[in-house]
Amino acid sequence: MRRLFFFMPLAVFAVLAVYFALGLGMDPKIIPSALIDKPVPQFTLPPIDGGAKQGFSDAELKGRVSVINVFASWCIPCKAEHPLITRLAGMGVATVYGLNYKDEAADALKWLTNLGDPYHRIGADRDGRVGIDWGVYGVPETFVVDAQGRIHHKHVGPLTQKSLEGELLPIIRTLSQ
Amino acid sequence: MIPELGHFALILALSVALIQAVVPLVGAQRGDAQWMAVARPAALVQFVLVAIAFACLTQAYVTSDFSVLNVARNSHSAKPMLYKISGVWANHEGSMLLWVLILALFGSAVAAFGRNLPQALGARVLSVQAMIGIGFLAFILFTSNPFERLLVAPADGRGLNPLLQDPGLAFHPPFLYLGYVGFSMAFSFAIAALIEGRVDATWARWVRPWTLAAWSFLTVGIGLGSWWAYYELGWGGWWFWDPVENASFMPWLAGTALLHSSVVVEKRDTLKGWTVFLAIVAFSLSLLGTFLVRSGVLTSVHTFAADPARGVFILALLIIVIGGSLALFAVRAPALRAGGLFQPISREGGLLLNNLIMTTAAAAVLLGTLYPLFLDAVGGGKVSVGAPFFNAVFIPLMVPMLAAMAVGPFLAWKRGDLGGALGRLKAALMIALAVAVGTWFVVADGSVLALLGMAVAAWLFVGTASELAARVRLFRVPMAESLRRLVHLQRASWGMTIAHAGLAVTVAGMTASAAWKTESIQTMQPGDSVAVAGYTFTFRGARRAAGPNYLAIRGTFEVSEDGRALTTLYPEKRTYPVEGRPTTEAAIHSMFLGDLYAVIGDADEKGGFVTRLYFNPLLAWIWAGALIMVAGGVVSLSDRRHRIGAPARRQRAAAGGAQPAAS
Amino acid sequence: MRAAFVLVLLLMAATPAGAVLPDEMLADPVLEARARDISKNLRCLVCQNQSIDDSDAGLARDLRVIVRERLVAGDSDSAVVDFVVDRYGDFVLLNPPFKATTYVLWIGPVVIGTFGLLAVVVFFRRRHATASGEAPAPLSDEEKKRLDALIEDRSE
Repeated sequence: MRRLFFFMPLAVFAVLAVYFALGLGMDPKIIPSALIDKPVPQFTLPPIDGGAKQGFSDAELKGRVSVINVFASWCIPCKAEHPLITRLAGMGVATVYGLNYKDEAADALKWLTNLGDPYHRIGADRDGRVGIDWGVYGVPETFVVDAQGRIHHKHVGPLTQKSLEGELLPIIRTLSQ
Repeated sequence: MIPELGHFALILALSVALIQAVVPLVGAQRGDAQWMAVARPAALVQFVLVAIAFACLTQAYVTSDFSVLNVARNSHSAKPMLYKISGVWANHEGSMLLWVLILALFGSAVAAFGRNLPQALGARVLSVQAMIGIGFLAFILFTSNPFERLLVAPADGRGLNPLLQDPGLAFHPPFLYLGYVGFSMAFSFAIAALIEGRVDATWARWVRPWTLAAWSFLTVGIGLGSWWAYYELGWGGWWFWDPVENASFMPWLAGTALLHSSVVVEKRDTLKGWTVFLAIVAFSLSLLGTFLVRSGVLTSVHTFAADPARGVFILALLIIVIGGSLALFAVRAPALRAGGLFQPISREGGLLLNNLIMTTAAAAVLLGTLYPLFLDAVGGGKVSVGAPFFNAVFIPLMVPMLAAMAVGPFLAWKRGDLGGALGRLKAALMIALAVAVGTWFVVADGSVLALLGMAVAAWLFVGTASELAARVRLFRVPMAESLRRLVHLQRASWGMTIAHAGLAVTVAGMTASAAWKTESIQTMQPGDSVAVAGYTFTFRGARRAAGPNYLAIRGTFEVSEDGRALTTLYPEKRTYPVEGRPTTEAAIHSMFLGDLYAVIGDADEKGGFVTRLYFNPLLAWIWAGALIMVAGGVVSLSDRRHRIGAPARRQRAAAGGAQPAAS
Repeated sequence: MRAAFVLVLLLMAATPAGAVLPDEMLADPVLEARARDISKNLRCLVCQNQSIDDSDAGLARDLRVIVRERLVAGDSDSAVVDFVVDRYGDFVLLNPPFKATTYVLWIGPVVIGTFGLLAVVVFFRRRHATASGEAPAPLSDEEKKRLDALIEDRSE
């Protein structure tokens, strides 16, 4: 009994070490969304000033699986993920909306002209308030919303080939069934 | 050529460390004096080699050799010389090199001053030191080589984060590491003692000075870091319970406990297993801090080292060092038999209470720091554990400890008289009550907790002074006799008195600055005046100024009290063009009763400036108290009993101080 | 220590110059004081362990403004906090709530302290028992062996 007592520190440390090993594989920067399985917040976003595309509101997000991509022209990783968003939109598995976060209209339009515009509709969130309702804390973020208008998944940071194919597409496919 | 020399020296140091780890240990087991004798020269040679490597890297920084990747990433030719040098350790690779340098320095100090250590103990201690050295040298060489070259050297470097270009932060890491690594000495002694199966008063007398030194350095390091946060981050805060801060605070708590428990081992030959355990824990928490800060487990973005390979390496190191030592502890510690008996109410009992509270505090900080990681790992989601949690845990622990700190020194060894001790603390009690009432009277809106904090600080300060008075029998014997006793008091007890008084000062500063800070945030036009806590700040405008590698907007604030001019403050907002980042330099005027603190922000279109003006009551007491604590540590360190190596050292110097060949 | 922390601060695009700006502040000092207290306990999401009251990040500013808007609209303090938690989860609370996921966190220090206290009590009991007990505890095997070895040493 007394001898076991002396093994306690070692046991505690062993538990710690396991957690540390697990911790190495995690990213403390990613905060899961508090809105998973909740209906999308109510909002109405106007179009980008001078843009050809319409804005959108929560009403449009019902009836079909949709992807909402939060982007901005000042966001460098957005540029990196842009081809993947374009690819996703081209596949036609879900309607892809753009949420233009805290951006200047002219900059956003120029960005879309240069890189191409994959979005079905784009809402301009000039003051970031709709972004906050969505729980956006960094750009880019990408949400998957089911046909009933519920938020199913949130991806933080730029999409990669891997996250698109391994994460987003399977979810979209399940939701579409 | 020189960086390659540094790299080569580091490889040699690793080989020497391997020899130093194995040969003396085997020698000690076999009782072979010649094998054991390898330890000392090896430790000295290892130090010289690491010092050469460090000098080589410093040379690359000083001469701005941008063909070295590390220099190109973290330095710039236009940087002032101080920050070129401090840039050596303001990055992951260089700071690890500094870590190893200090480790080797401590090892060589044992080799140089430890002549009268029993040979087997000395050999084992140096062997354990070398094992730690192997781990970190390998870590540097395999994952974090500071001497890596670029094929094409850039025209200039990327510069150093401007927030780090600051005198406070330039010296913060070396002190912190002297503290962290200093605990490796207590650790090595503990491991050696476990191997030998013997812990006695002599052992404690060897461990104490190293622990005192490490504790003092760590106190300075933490103090410098929080002081820097106070004046550089620009919102008057100085401690944030950030994981990175906690990483340095946990070893401090454990080290403080170790200091106190080793007194019991030295005087009363008991609490041995526990003291050995604390020695292991103090250093383990230092290592843990290194892991947490550098692996990205807790704070991925800031990563000093965002490389997963480094995280894995440090974790492996952690498992070997901490796991290994705790396993050895589990197997060998039960054999350590306790000596002297004592009652719960006794000096030993008081020291044990300190240990109980300090270790609980350290464990609570550890839990709070790691909890988000635990919860995430079991899929429980993300939580934040911030200042409110730590304050809620800390205050209930610290109040009884501070209260007991005044009583403990009055208790006799073995069996103390609590009633008698409290009777001698009447003055302290009266003054504590007077301080609480007086404070309430002055500030009018004190929370109960803040008043309690001030009262406890006064209680501890006066209680400590009373103990000193009792010791020299003040007013009981003639003044001259008291004075004579005062002079002849043991340095170690002087150290205790000074350090305890210092903590009282710090606690007063923490309480007052947290409870009664006055803040005023506004836009000011030149000529505007704002009154803050009875001081009138008049903004006299701002103008451009240029530093060696930055541009600044420098504001001028004249501060007056009751119409009398008091001081002029010049806060700056700096922009560093190379790094493209701004910093704020708060202007601070420290007074006995509080700090005047001014920060200037951005200008608006109408020529007004955002200004933040503060009066932080008793704020300077926090660091004054920390310095007093360190002074207590240094005085205690100078105690004769801690210098048993001194005569031997002098003899050696007389003999010509022949050094072992350094190659 | 803070060196590393500061890197975050910068990475996250903040200038470290205090946070609350005069144009955000409410004219009513009581409401403003409430807003400050609430903000001090809400975590800035893009920072390293900073409250939105301390952070210069854009999102922190937006949240500070929202906190004040809700207060002006008549929300209670807890309603304001809930508003933010609904969007960002418990992560934003610097003072973790007492609930299933945090029982261990909050009770942990109490358990550790109690355990330590118990260990001290056991320590004294045991030592008291061995000290005052008539018959000392019999020697363990290991002790016997050591005693034998010592006697042998002497007799050599």
